[in-house]
Amino acid sequence: MLMDTPDEMLARAAAQGDRAAFATLLARHYDRLHGLCWRLTGSRTEAEDLTQDICAALPSKLQGWRGEARFTTWLYRIAVNAAHDLRRRQATRAKAALGWGDWELARQDEIAVEREAQDWLATAMSSLSPDLRDTVALTLGEGLTQGEAAEILGLSEGTVAWRMSEVKKRLKAMAKAEGMT
Amino acid sequence: MTDDFDRLASALKAAPPPEPGAKEAALRLAMENYDRLQASAAGARPSLDPPQKAGFLTGVLAMLKSLATRPILAATTSAAALGLGLVVILPQMQAPTGPALPAAPEPALMAEPEPVPAPPARAKAAAPEAAPEAAPMSEPASEAPMADAAGIAAEAPEAVVGMAAPETVVGMVAPEPAILLPEPNTEAFASADPNPVKITAEQPVSTFSADVDTASWSILRSSLNAGQLPPAEAVRIEEMVNYFPYAYPAPEPGAAPFRPSVTVMPTPWNADTRLVVIGLQGAMPAVADRPPLNLVFLIDTSGSMDEPSKLPLLKQSLRLMLPGLHPEDQVAIVAYAGSAGTVLPPTPASDRATISEALDRLSAGGATAGAEGLALAYQEAAKMAAPGEVSRVILATDGDFNVGLSDPEALKDFIARERDSGTYLSVLGFGRGNLDDATMQALAQTGNGTAAYIDTANEARKVLVDQLTGALFPIADDVKFQVEWNPAQVAEYRLIGYETRALNREDFNNDKVDAGEIGAGLQVTALYEIAAPGSPGLKNDPLRYGTEPVPMTTDELGFLRLRWKAPGEAESQLIEQPILPSDGAPSEDARFAAAVAGMGQLLTGGTYLGNWGWDQAIALAEGSKGDDPWGYRAEAIGLMRMAQALER
Repeated sequence: MLMDTPDEMLARAAAQGDRAAFATLLARHYDRLHGLCWRLTGSRTEAEDLTQDICAALPSKLQGWRGEARFTTWLYRIAVNAAHDLRRRQATRAKAALGWGDWELARQDEIAVEREAQDWLATAMSSLSPDLRDTVALTLGEGLTQGEAAEILGLSEGTVAWRMSEVKKRLKAMAKAEGMT
Repeated sequence: MTDDFDRLASALKAAPPPEPGAKEAALRLAMENYDRLQASAAGARPSLDPPQKAGFLTGVLAMLKSLATRPILAATTSAAALGLGLVVILPQMQAPTGPALPAAPEPALMAEPEPVPAPPARAKAAAPEAAPEAAPMSEPASEAPMADAAGIAAEAPEAVVGMAAPETVVGMVAPEPAILLPEPNTEAFASADPNPVKITAEQPVSTFSADVDTASWSILRSSLNAGQLPPAEAVRIEEMVNYFPYAYPAPEPGAAPFRPSVTVMPTPWNADTRLVVIGLQGAMPAVADRPPLNLVFLIDTSGSMDEPSKLPLLKQSLRLMLPGLHPEDQVAIVAYAGSAGTVLPPTPASDRATISEALDRLSAGGATAGAEGLALAYQEAAKMAAPGEVSRVILATDGDFNVGLSDPEALKDFIARERDSGTYLSVLGFGRGNLDDATMQALAQTGNGTAAYIDTANEARKVLVDQLTGALFPIADDVKFQVEWNPAQVAEYRLIGYETRALNREDFNNDKVDAGEIGAGLQVTALYEIAAPGSPGLKNDPLRYGTEPVPMTTDELGFLRLRWKAPGEAESQLIEQPILPSDGAPSEDARFAAAVAGMGQLLTGGTYLGNWGWDQAIALAEGSKGDDPWGYRAEAIGLMRMAQALER
C-alpha cells in the first residue's frame, strides 16, 4: 500500500509518527534530493553533506508540514533554503562560487571529452550569480516549469522569467568571450 | 545561443549518482533523528521552517480554495487563474482523474476529524514493506518530477479514502486537546479551534514554544490582496503578531541573548479583562573572537535617494547594525552627492549617540557627482586601520556608481588594490528602478564583499547581521515559555495564538524536547487575556463544591519562566521573572500587537471579542501605528479594511 501512497499522505502519516511512512518517503526522494543539491552546489562532496543535513533535519521539519504545497515543492524549497544557508556560512559570494571550481579540479582526471563538457558546465555555472544558479538548477536541471520554480523560490513567475533571460544573456557573453559564435 | 542553453540543461541533468555509503549514512541519520523526535513526546512543532513567502501558486490555491465557498468578487481574476480554478474545483466534484495540482487541497480536507497520533498498528503492518532497502528507489534525478507527481495525484482520491478509515476510528478524545495532548500534527491543529479559556485553579501552568515564523501573515496578505478572505486555517495569530517589528528593550550585553519585557494593559475588546503582552527581544550578538571591525559607510545621498524605501530605510538598516558591533569597532560615514564629504570621522562603535546623530544629519538632495567619494571612504578606512583589524567600506546606493572613478576597469583595479591592502568593499542596493545589479556584484566580488539588495528592514537585518558575523546564526535554541498564573489574582486565562506550539507542562524542563529558535535581533511576542477572580469577565461559574479561594499573599499576577539553550549546547538555561500588574505602560507596540491579535481573532470567528469588530480593530491599529517607517503597520491597517469590506 505504501508504495503507491502519494507523498503528501506519507508526509502526514510520518509527521504523526508513522516510521515506515517516513522511511518510504526518504528512500523515494533521496536520489532526487541529491541531484538537486549537486546542481545547487556544484560539488559532489558538498552535495552529499547538504543532502545529509537535509535528511537529518527532515524529521523535525516534517512536523511543520502543512500540506499547503505538493511534497516535492516543499522538499525543494527546503533544499534551496538549505543551500542558501550553506552559502551564508561560506560568508561571501566569491567563496560560494568556489564549489564549482573545486569540482572542476577534482574531475580533471576524467577522460578528456567528458572533462571538456564539465569544464564548460563549471565555467558556465560559476559565471552566474547564486540566484541565477538556483533558478537554473530548478528549471533546466530539474525540468520544472518557471511557475513551479517560482513557487519553490518564493518569487513571482515574472522574476523567474527575467532570471532565465538573464542566464541567456550571460551564456551569450560567455560564448563571445570564448570566441565562439 | 539556444545551443548553449540546451547544453547547460543537459549538462545539469547528468547529475552524478549518490555515493552508496553517503546515502546509507544520510538515511540512517534521518531515521535516528526521527526516532529520537518521536520518543521525546513529540512536543512542539519546531520552528525550523524559515519564514516562507507565499508563492504565486500557493496564493492562487489559497484564493481558489475560498472560491468554492464564497461568491466570486469582481472580475479581477485573470484568465489563468480561472483555468486553474476549473482544475481545482473538479476533483471536489469527485472527478477521479484530476491532474497534479488538486492533490494538495484534497488530502487537506481529510484532516478534519482531528486524528490522534496512534498509528502503531498501521505502522507495524506496513513496516516490512517499507524498510529502506525494500522501498522503491526514486527515478533518476534527471527526470522531471511533474510527471511523477501527476501520476501519483491521479490515484489520490482512492488512496485518501482507504487511509482515512483507520484514523477516524481513533479520533476525538480529551476535552481540551490544545494543551493536554502532544500535538499530532500541525495541519490538523492549524484548523483547530482557538485556545480555550483555562481556569487557573485547574491548570495554573501554560507552556509553549517560541515561534518566529511569519508565513501566516504572508499568506493572509496575499489572500486579502487577491480579494478573498484567507482560509481560517491559514490564520495563525502568533505569526501575524510576530511579523511586525517592535521596539522592545534590547538585552544587556553579557546577559542572556534575549530579554523579556512584560506589559499589562486593559483588553481592547473586553473592559473586564486585562491583556498581558510578553515580548522577547533577541540580542544582536557579535562573534566573540572576531577581530575589531572598521566600517566606512559610503552613502549615496543624491536626490533619487529621497524615497522611503531608500535613504530612510538605509538609515534604519545601519541603526539595526549598530547594536551588533563591538565597542572596539569603529565607524565612519562618507556621503556623496553634490560633493563628497565626511559626515562622521572615525568614531568608536560604542558611541552610538554620535553615530545615530550623524545618520540623522544625512538627507537626500543634489545631483550625484560624488568625485572622490570612494577614495575618501578608503582614506577614512586607512585612518582606522591597525594590525589585526578588518576594514570594510560599505557602499549604499540606489544604483549610481558615479563615485569618482568613471572607468569601470580602473574602478575595479582600485577596489582590488585596496582589498589587497586589507580593506574590503560591500555593496548594498536600495530601491528599484535604478539598480545596477551586475555592477554591484562585480564591485562587491572584486572587493571581497557581498552585494545585497535591501527592500525591507527584515532584509536589512538579515544582510547586515550576515555581514558582521559571517552567518545569520540563531542566538538561542529551543526557546520555551512557561507562565504560571497566580490563582489569587488570575482566575481565568487564555493564550492568544500559539495553538500549534503548545507544549506539555513537563516538556518545559525536558531538554530533549525541541522548541523554537530565536535568531539575532528577532522579536517574539505572546499575548494572554486574563480575568481576575470575581470579575464580570469570567467565562466559567465558580464551582459550588470547589476549593477554597486562594488567599492573596502577593500581587504577582503570575510568574514567567523562559528556557533556552545556547546554540549547539545540550543543556538549557532558565530566565525567570514575576509578572506584576504594574508592568509596563501600554506602549504603542503593545497596543498594536493587541490590534493584530484582534484582527487574527476576527478572521477566525472572534469567539471572545463580543461586539468588538473591524471598526474598533482599525481604530486601535491607527492609534498605535507609531513611526512605522516602512509602512508595515499601514499595510496591516489597509488589510484590515479589506477584510472588513469582504466580510460585509
